[in-house]
Amino acid sequence: MQVSQSVETRPAAGEDERVAKTSTLHRLLVRPEMGALAGAIGVWIFFAIVAGDRGFLSPRGTANYLEVAAQLGILAVAVALLMIGGEFDLSIGSTIGACGIIFALLSVEYGWNIWLAMLMSLAFALLLGIFNGYLVLRTSLPSFIVTLGTLLMIRGVTVGVTRQVTGRTVVSGLDDVPGYDAIRTVFASDVTIAGAGFSIAILWWLAIAALATWVLLRTPFGNWIFGVGGNQQAARNVGVPISLVKIVLFMGTAVAAWLVAVIQVLGARSADVVRGTGSEFTAIIAAVIGGVLLTGGYGSAIGAVFGALIFGMVRQGIVFMGVDPGWEDAVLGAMLVIAVLVNRYIRTQAMGGRR
Amino acid sequence: MSAAAIDTGTPLLEVQNVSRFFGSVIALKDISMSVHAGEVMCLLGDNGAGKSTLIKIFAGVHPPSEGRYLVEGKEVQFGSPRDALAAGIATVYQDLAMIPLMSISRNFFLGSEPSSGWGPFRRFDVDAADRISRDELSKMGIHVRDTGQAVGTLSGGERQSVAIARAVYFGAKVLILDEPTAALGVKEAGVVLRYIAQARARGLGVVFITHNVHHAYPIADRFTILNRGRSYGTFAKSETSREEVVRMMAGGEELEELGLELEEFARADAASGARLSPVAAEADAAILRAGRELEADRLPTSDSVS
Repeated sequence: MQVSQSVETRPAAGEDERVAKTSTLHRLLVRPEMGALAGAIGVWIFFAIVAGDRGFLSPRGTANYLEVAAQLGILAVAVALLMIGGEFDLSIGSTIGACGIIFALLSVEYGWNIWLAMLMSLAFALLLGIFNGYLVLRTSLPSFIVTLGTLLMIRGVTVGVTRQVTGRTVVSGLDDVPGYDAIRTVFASDVTIAGAGFSIAILWWLAIAALATWVLLRTPFGNWIFGVGGNQQAARNVGVPISLVKIVLFMGTAVAAWLVAVIQVLGARSADVVRGTGSEFTAIIAAVIGGVLLTGGYGSAIGAVFGALIFGMVRQGIVFMGVDPGWEDAVLGAMLVIAVLVNRYIRTQAMGGRR
Repeated sequence: MSAAAIDTGTPLLEVQNVSRFFGSVIALKDISMSVHAGEVMCLLGDNGAGKSTLIKIFAGVHPPSEGRYLVEGKEVQFGSPRDALAAGIATVYQDLAMIPLMSISRNFFLGSEPSSGWGPFRRFDVDAADRISRDELSKMGIHVRDTGQAVGTLSGGERQSVAIARAVYFGAKVLILDEPTAALGVKEAGVVLRYIAQARARGLGVVFITHNVHHAYPIADRFTILNRGRSYGTFAKSETSREEVVRMMAGGEELEELGLELEEFARADAASGARLSPVAAEADAAILRAGRELEADRLPTSDSVS
């Protein structure tokens, strides 16, 4: 115990004697994604024990939960970037449905070239991202509300238009369109490893996560994302183009939704207006489990990868365990609360124990 | 001290008869002031005096409603803070200087990131950012353990200092400091004042906005005193005392009244004979003294401006 307070002495040139040295281990532990990494390992060990002999550990089981994680992960990475930038995008849930329908309608009903139809749905997603970003910036309303509005609008218009054109809410027969096999190879094929078919979506997921991480940590744009989310006014004062950053991030989430739509539509050979329902929240949950701060300015894309992985493992692991799938939500809900607590602790440590 | 140290050439920054109205509210009326290279101009005023409005005019947030704004002798019209920044006028705001969750080097270069590579492969040169920010900070006498540590781990004074170092590095000619020492402890404020002195020594013009005379007085070369949107004028340090400055800031009479009131309290206390302890007696005596001092500060002629 220190009895007396030491008299403060002026530090000699170079080091300040008042700052404690920190270990490399400590610096590793305070990375935003560490909580999610530990969580992913924990969840894997849990299911390896309780469901290991029921196929969870088999290549097939692994491929199974990775595929679930991949589709969610593509969304979660883009959502994580947007949330670090201080905004939410709830409209991705219906954007998935809308992009899938546009893709399928144009190619099946209107006989467009399948690649062109896909690019059209991409263009729609990009415009939607710009629209969301513009609306949020222009109205200064919370993006949670604005994109909740666009979520409903897009869903409604998609259902209305699809019923008008086809009389139903599903567009099927995509596999009869010329060029289907080629496009499927790119977005929805399986790669066989150790006798199990691993979805190519996993590659897309990892590629997008790598790109997002690079942008976030190694480009000026990434620095702007942290700045805009950390304190928009301060970022503006030093000349960060706030509007550009936010609109690009909204475009990012819309494009992620489009990619998931394409993967799902090609895999299922049909598009359904209700595809993607609820994924706006699962993506946010995965990002938060991955250490993204709800108020913005802090987080990582890698964390979102682990968040999605946890999601995939829990969802499929419960199936392997043979218990009722209803338990999935209970487990995920608990994980979410635990993750937020762990992440708060990590952040406190990163801030040097203050606040 | 003589006023010889003050440069009489073209001021780096000058406003002439500037006014600013917000609807029917007159936030500023007929303000003239200037700052030269290597000079600290203290802008003093109580709450509501119009300091913030004047800063915003300097920083390019609001254009003046009337009057001229000159930078190095040329009239300017800034459309945005970015224009002002490009003209070499850097404003460091009290609480908006830094982003707490970002690292020191990322904060330092936010908005002006050093990059390498080309086109879509242009990347943020993290190593250069770390190295430059460390060097620049140590030039100002700030030694950080790790430029990767979050700014939130720094004390308030250190944050202000990093913001000042950043402005200096990015070629600011004039530093506008908005209450840099408010909410800081005595020692902390001292640290910030030292960096202000260093910036001045490097030939920058500094506009130091504060309502704390005790922080302003040691560092300032000249004072401009604002009260209720108007200027009491500009004084060289040699022409005025600390006490006089305080009096002008608060608008004389009120403080004087307060002084009389305090004296009255002390007398009433003494008369009631409620002597609880020697400490109370000492406190009473202090109040009495304070009251007399405030009274004594009053100048023979008091030009009332309201």
